[in-house]
Amino acid sequence: MTMAIDILSWVLLTAGGVFVFIGGLGALRMPNLYTRMHAASLTDTMGAVLVIGGIMLQAGLTLATLKLAAILLFLLITSPTASNALASAAILSGLQPEEGKVERRKRQE
Amino acid sequence: MYYAVTIATLITMALALRRALLGPTIYDRLLAANMFGTKTVLLLSVVAFLYGRPDFLDLALAYAMINFIGVIAVLEFTRERADSGGAPDNAGE
Amino acid sequence: MIVLFGIFLLALMVISALAIVRSENLFSAVILTSIFSLLMAANFFLLDAADVALTEAAIGAGISTVLFLGALALTGEHERGGSKNRLLALGVVTITTLIVIYATFDKPRLGDPDAPVHQHVGPWYLEKTPELIDIPNAVTAVLASFRGYDTLGEVFVVFTAGIGVLFLLSARTTRRTEDLQANHETHQGLRHYLVPRVVGRMLIPFIFLFGLYVQFHGDYGPGGGFQAGAIVAASVILYALLEGEAQALRALPMRVLKGLVAGGALLYGAVGVAGMLLGGNFLDYSVLASDPITGQHIGIILIELGVGITVTGVLLCVFHAFAARGKV
Repeated sequence: MTMAIDILSWVLLTAGGVFVFIGGLGALRMPNLYTRMHAASLTDTMGAVLVIGGIMLQAGLTLATLKLAAILLFLLITSPTASNALASAAILSGLQPEEGKVERRKRQE
Repeated sequence: MYYAVTIATLITMALALRRALLGPTIYDRLLAANMFGTKTVLLLSVVAFLYGRPDFLDLALAYAMINFIGVIAVLEFTRERADSGGAPDNAGE
Repeated sequence: MIVLFGIFLLALMVISALAIVRSENLFSAVILTSIFSLLMAANFFLLDAADVALTEAAIGAGISTVLFLGALALTGEHERGGSKNRLLALGVVTITTLIVIYATFDKPRLGDPDAPVHQHVGPWYLEKTPELIDIPNAVTAVLASFRGYDTLGEVFVVFTAGIGVLFLLSARTTRRTEDLQANHETHQGLRHYLVPRVVGRMLIPFIFLFGLYVQFHGDYGPGGGFQAGAIVAASVILYALLEGEAQALRALPMRVLKGLVAGGALLYGAVGVAGMLLGGNFLDYSVLASDPITGQHIGIILIELGVGITVTGVLLCVFHAFAARGKV
């Protein structure tokens, strides 16, 4: 049983490491801001879920697991929000993506 | 296996730093800084486990919060500057 | 292996420091400075200094970035041209670098147990902490009890810095507050960004709660007054960024903040004077309760609270002083 948990956490950690590295590579080599944002934000969240999940399996049922669960929850909520805010700011400041244009909707407040 | 994840995270931090140095617009650099922050959280969680000191996980949580607040702060200030008539696509260097 | 990681992070720090110096756009310099702070904090963490790493992250990567951006919103964004005296500056820096490198030849090796710094007072503190103070975090014991007088000086330095900034920057703050409340329809914070607003509002109480946890948990793990003050101030700054300056000033008006700034330092001094009135020396916590160890615990909790209150008040006063002078 512990062998199965060890193997599972090893798989999760390795997959998380691969995702993290792909994210970094994508953020460096993609041609446009918006494509870089795709690479960075998706792999950020996925890599965090896999790595922290792998560590949680290794920790068993202790206080450390609860803290890791809190970190994971926080990252799951704030990382996509930060990417959304960044993309909104980029669109609203006039930076157009290259294929196709986005219309600015003026909201009356 | 922890060492492999740590090395992957460190290499990604180097790649993110390269993007922060290169990025033509300010949003590229902000994207890189956000990525850097989340990678630092991952690095801290893994190294806290390597050292066997789970109380260090409080630091990782604090970093995650600070990273989020930092990104929102930069966005607020660029929005304020763009509203008062600055150039839209800026921060070239 | 950990040493290799440390060296790698130091190399990244050198690269980012060079980039900060060479960049002409100050916005990008500010973002690179926050990356530099994160690298520094990771380095402290690898050297097993958790309290310092937490403080560096909370204050350096978080609050300093926000304050720099506030200052940039008041001034321009491009660096003005360089000065003429390049050769003199280069000479001075080279000579200083050579002197510092020469001085490092005499340093003991990293973690050497025979180094002078590990010989005299350090082991005494580590031995006496379980016996005299009985809390697990030796750093808090040294900071708050054995060297409490130095920490009193630190709190007063933070207090003085807050007063200095308020003198310099708040010449027009009172008028601005009425202006802000009058035009509050036009400036609404990140009003059009619905997702960050909703998520941020949901998170603010949890960040505040985490700040309180760091404050009171400083006896048992990394934490303490300075870090907690920065985290609580960060949560209020998040509220001010999302909802607008006027709302934040309505929630915590300037008089309350100024009261916090003075109140924390006053609390610290009062604990010291209470020690004197109960028969001990100034800042002697052992006389605060019937059992000296309980007295030490009470004393440490009260002064850390004082430190946290002052740091929160000062950081928020400085933030409002910058933000209220901006283009509203």
